Amino acid sequence: MAEVIYDHVTKRFDSVVAVNDLTLEVEDGEFLVLVGPSGCGKTTALRCLAGLEEVTSGDIVIGDRVVTHIPPKDRDIAMVFQNYALYPHMTVYDNMAFGLKLRKVPKQEIDRRVKEAAEILGIQDLLNRKPRQLSGGQRQRVALGRAIVREPQVFLMDEPLSNLDAKLRVQTRGELIKLQRRLGVTTIYVTHDQVEAMTMGHRIAVMNQGVLQQLDTPENLYDRPANLFVATFIGSPAMNIFPAQVVGGDGTVQLVAGDVKLEAPPSHRNRLADYVGREVLVGIRPEDLEVVAGNPESEGGDTVRLPVELIEPLGAETLVHLRGPAGTLIAQGEPRIHLDPGDVVTIRVRKDHLHTFDPQTELALF
Amino acid sequence: MVGSNRLSSRIVFLYIPLALFTIFLLFPFYWMLIISLKPNSLLLNTRVNPLYLTEFTLRHYRYLFENTDFPRWAWNTAVVTFGATLLSLTCSILMGYALGRFRFKGGNLMGTAVFLAYLIPPTLLFIPLSQVVVRFGIYNEYWALILTYPTFLIPFASWLLMGYFRTIPRELEECAMIDGASRIQAMRRIILPLALPGVLSAAIFSFTLSWNEFLYALVFMGSGHMKTIPVGTVNDLIRADVFQWGPLMAAAVLGSVPVAVVYMFFVDHYVSGMTAGAVKG
Repeated sequence: MAEVIYDHVTKRFDSVVAVNDLTLEVEDGEFLVLVGPSGCGKTTALRCLAGLEEVTSGDIVIGDRVVTHIPPKDRDIAMVFQNYALYPHMTVYDNMAFGLKLRKVPKQEIDRRVKEAAEILGIQDLLNRKPRQLSGGQRQRVALGRAIVREPQVFLMDEPLSNLDAKLRVQTRGELIKLQRRLGVTTIYVTHDQVEAMTMGHRIAVMNQGVLQQLDTPENLYDRPANLFVATFIGSPAMNIFPAQVVGGDGTVQLVAGDVKLEAPPSHRNRLADYVGREVLVGIRPEDLEVVAGNPESEGGDTVRLPVELIEPLGAETLVHLRGPAGTLIAQGEPRIHLDPGDVVTIRVRKDHLHTFDPQTELALF
Repeated sequence: MVGSNRLSSRIVFLYIPLALFTIFLLFPFYWMLIISLKPNSLLLNTRVNPLYLTEFTLRHYRYLFENTDFPRWAWNTAVVTFGATLLSLTCSILMGYALGRFRFKGGNLMGTAVFLAYLIPPTLLFIPLSQVVVRFGIYNEYWALILTYPTFLIPFASWLLMGYFRTIPRELEECAMIDGASRIQAMRRIILPLALPGVLSAAIFSFTLSWNEFLYALVFMGSGHMKTIPVGTVNDLIRADVFQWGPLMAAAVLGSVPVAVVYMFFVDHYVSGMTAGAVKG
């Protein structure tokens, strides 16, 4: 077990900068998720840590060793690949024992560790099989087992669940979390799935175009996104974003978009003061737009009336698409709500949960 | 239509063409075999059907072993073939792996250059090569062929292997290297076992070509006892315009046996699909 440090790591492929000046500290025993859209550099960052890619500049530290120029075999890490990469000509047992044999671990010890890991993962009965005789879920477990038996300082996982079907993925996700908490091994987990990221990580590092956008706990990422990218990437359905004019006057600040006027909550007044007379981007999550039943009169500037464009009943909730001042707004309504396209509904905005962003820098205004 | 289930259409479009093709391919071997077994009296007799064997004799085979150097030619051919195959295979595996796996400056250029070398006809290449052979002082020695055969074996074999190595998922060796293997260990314990069908194909290819090669063998190693089977057969069994058909065909039959054996022995390994199950599926 060990901490992992990326110290200003940059990786270039010819003219493409895959990872740009990444600085990141992973604590001992932490489950850190690297998340981002495809091509954002998360996998490259992981491969740099594994030693499969040489970094262009910067340093990588595992435990108390700088490993930047150390070959993969001497980094004391184990990696689970997206396609599992099981050795097809070896049995499950030999797959798991391979790394230990290379390290000249005594036979009895190998046997003990393989059987122990097999028991943890429930694959004792598969030890004599070849990978092609296994189902996808079983292969995934063998790949995990191969990492566990090594007892490495750090686990690296590159989208290990993405080849499983949806149901198995949810189940394995839970098991993986429990396993990591139980073994307490520092784990760096790459995924493009923000649900996986939110549920699994102690902390999440969001990357885009090779640049680290925000490193924080799942709650903070959701409630206090640092910029527009994080705000729209985390959460499903995505946060509604629309431009609004900041209008100031006698102690209040208003956000005006078309004929929608929202009074900024007190907590926002200071940060918006500099923007009076200019435009900002306003963000609001679908669950913070409440569809109010009936037709109440305006209650203190926190309700707006908007026409319905489309209804998406999802069972546990209903997504109501509204024609907003600038494009569609999505509100998350009660299940079994009865609305038709064309209805004009009253929407209460939970203004405490408003987000505002600078339109140029796209940074959140705090 | 070939996949059709109706018997009549399968016969017309699959079995009849296949049968014609088989007859076409196998006829020369059949011809070779029956002539090698015919007594001389029947060989040029136009009044009997040449396609049947009415009486047979092993005279020609005995002649081959008692009156010619055939056993020595066979030995020479074997030494040269195994030497050249082994050398070519070793170089081709290393080269195919490097070209298939590494990104390095000039890598593509090198790959193309190797392939272009394959396109130079041996009938041109033997002229400069003969200079090399003589300067090396290996004229009429086994090395003369063991070192020159790779000039046409390596280009093809390394291209074949390069393609094969590329079909093996890169993650397998990356995983092995993280597991604690050096690149050589990963190659030996993970990649080579999986590339076995490819390696065997390359080996069979090299074996067959070396075994049957004529031009270099004639020019570089064609004197005295050092002949290979193809050279010896043509040199010693055709005297001016006298073709000793019986022994010639007997030598041809015996000469093709090892190649046939090699094919039969390894044909199972031609069947690929060893990587099934390595990655998602």
